[in-house]
Amino acid sequence: MLEIKNLSKIYATPNGPLAALRDVNVQVGKGDIFGFIGLSGAGKTSLARCVSVLERADAGAILLNGVDLTRLKGANLRQARRNMGMVFQHFNLLMNATIFENVAFPLRIAGWPQKEITARVEHLLEVVGLTDKVKTYPATLSGGQKQRIGIARALAAEPQLIICDEATSALDPDTTRSILTLLKKINADTGVTIIVITHEMDVIKTLCSHVAVMEGGEIIEQGKVIDVLTHPQTETARRFFAKDHSEEGWFKAVQENKIGHQVFRAVFIGAAARRSFIHDVIRNFDIELSILSGSIESVSGTMVGSLIIEMTGDDAVLAKAMAFFRENGVEIEAIEGMETANPTDATYPTESIDSATCKDTVGSYEGGVPHA
Amino acid sequence: MPSIQPFSLLSSSTDPGFFRLLFSGEWDALARHLSGNYLTTVRDGTEIYLMNMEAYLTHLTRTLPQATIDTLYMVGFASLFAVLFGIVVGMTLYVTQRGGIYALPGFNRLLGAVINIGRSIPFVVLILLLFPLSRLIVGTSIGRTASIVPLTIAAIPFMSRVIEAALNELGRGIIEAAVAAGATPRQIIWRVVLPECAPGLVAGFTLTIINLITFSAMAGMIGGGGLGHIAHMYGVSRFRTDILVYTIIILVILVQIIQAIGQMIARRLDKR
Repeated sequence: MLEIKNLSKIYATPNGPLAALRDVNVQVGKGDIFGFIGLSGAGKTSLARCVSVLERADAGAILLNGVDLTRLKGANLRQARRNMGMVFQHFNLLMNATIFENVAFPLRIAGWPQKEITARVEHLLEVVGLTDKVKTYPATLSGGQKQRIGIARALAAEPQLIICDEATSALDPDTTRSILTLLKKINADTGVTIIVITHEMDVIKTLCSHVAVMEGGEIIEQGKVIDVLTHPQTETARRFFAKDHSEEGWFKAVQENKIGHQVFRAVFIGAAARRSFIHDVIRNFDIELSILSGSIESVSGTMVGSLIIEMTGDDAVLAKAMAFFRENGVEIEAIEGMETANPTDATYPTESIDSATCKDTVGSYEGGVPHA
Repeated sequence: MPSIQPFSLLSSSTDPGFFRLLFSGEWDALARHLSGNYLTTVRDGTEIYLMNMEAYLTHLTRTLPQATIDTLYMVGFASLFAVLFGIVVGMTLYVTQRGGIYALPGFNRLLGAVINIGRSIPFVVLILLLFPLSRLIVGTSIGRTASIVPLTIAAIPFMSRVIEAALNELGRGIIEAAVAAGATPRQIIWRVVLPECAPGLVAGFTLTIINLITFSAMAGMIGGGGLGHIAHMYGVSRFRTDILVYTIIILVILVQIIQAIGQMIARRLDKR
């Protein structure tokens, strides 16, 4: 549906040229909710602006249903743009126009007849749940309501693609959730393809079907959310998908040597998340096991459980216990950087904890069992 | 006795109550004699201006309202033309700026320079410079209609800059939203830029109109008519401080009313 090929964008800055996008390749399928995540400056907003042709790419192609947007000009470009809706972080509503006129805007410029505009706007306000606000002005709305209007406007001209550029970044967590639910519902009901630009992992987890991780203008990892989340290949991806462990009690306890040195992370996906492996391991193996931290969440509709456990016992028994986990589809590995004896890797380096580096290393899987 | 002659140097047909007295006798006796029936103004001890009180008041009640109407007439038409031309020039400045809807940076700089030149000429000088133009357009270089020409010309550069500033208040985001929705530049100007900037534009119009009132007073002093003319003719040339004060009071009231109306409209239009 949308195919981005070898896209590059270079900005001229006082400090010389800055590559905002380097050779970006992405394929977005019809009906996908494709998330782009990255830190500020990773190039995700440049990508969104290139796709909506608010900026011209320097090289590469953006094919929307086979038509290269980078080559369009004038009326053809405007026509193509009417096939894309855009949702902005700061809403960008017409402040001196009513809610009705805001939603009607894309229809008016596309020259729809008044009757159809009225019907379409009423329908859209119903979809976003703001029918009672039709005659009011945006200033009277809350941030979440404004973004609902932004979404209704983006949907107005029945586009095939919606681009959400940090659409929830200015909203509080509750409002963010309701907006994400709305987007998901719209995607399910209409099959519209959605591109989501965000720096929030939660947005990817709750909303997206696919994700691309961006860094330094490049896509360093992409795929289905569940795959990238559970098997991150790069450090940046890991950092996005791992919680900030430095704030957790177990992490501090490990740092202060109040608990032992054999800390593991176990990841349960899908059906595995429901079984009682911990119970089985304690019963079958001669080890002590305590749970330091645990969570279970839904990622693109799949349950993913994550446990941080401490296991104490003979290396051989530990290795067997880990093998047991793996046989049952649980991914487990030792957490690096905590003088953890890793039973599967005798050459694993043991470093003392340095508070300056632990935030960078803890939570990463490096040196542990490589995923692939 | 002093000799009394009609106040002929200034048109006595238009101000019937005025007489100029050339003083050559006993000042005190004369002043005593006149004080009951006449308003007097003395200049340097040799001349005395006399006005018959009754005629003076009748004259004032006719002159001041007419001068006020003349001022409104000049300011009204000059404002109308200044707004029309100002919107065109201001919008041109706005859309041709770097990154604008019709970016033409070179042309923008040239237009900006011309506007700066227009703004740097003092208004009094501009009126004199534009006498030939006024004569060409209106047929005369004096009077209320002739004043509209220099007032308009003086207001256009100012109005353009005010409009440019009002339009630049609009955030880039809202323009981009319109561009991304597939709007043509014309649609962006008519459906986004103008409605969104309407309150700022009205505030700018108000500012310009009030500026034109002060400018019109200046024009009045060099043959332009209106309240400025009255202030100059009576208040300055004949030392009638009271008339000067009346014209000031009328001007203050005009400015207050226009400012209040402007603010009210701007507030009505502003839904932010």
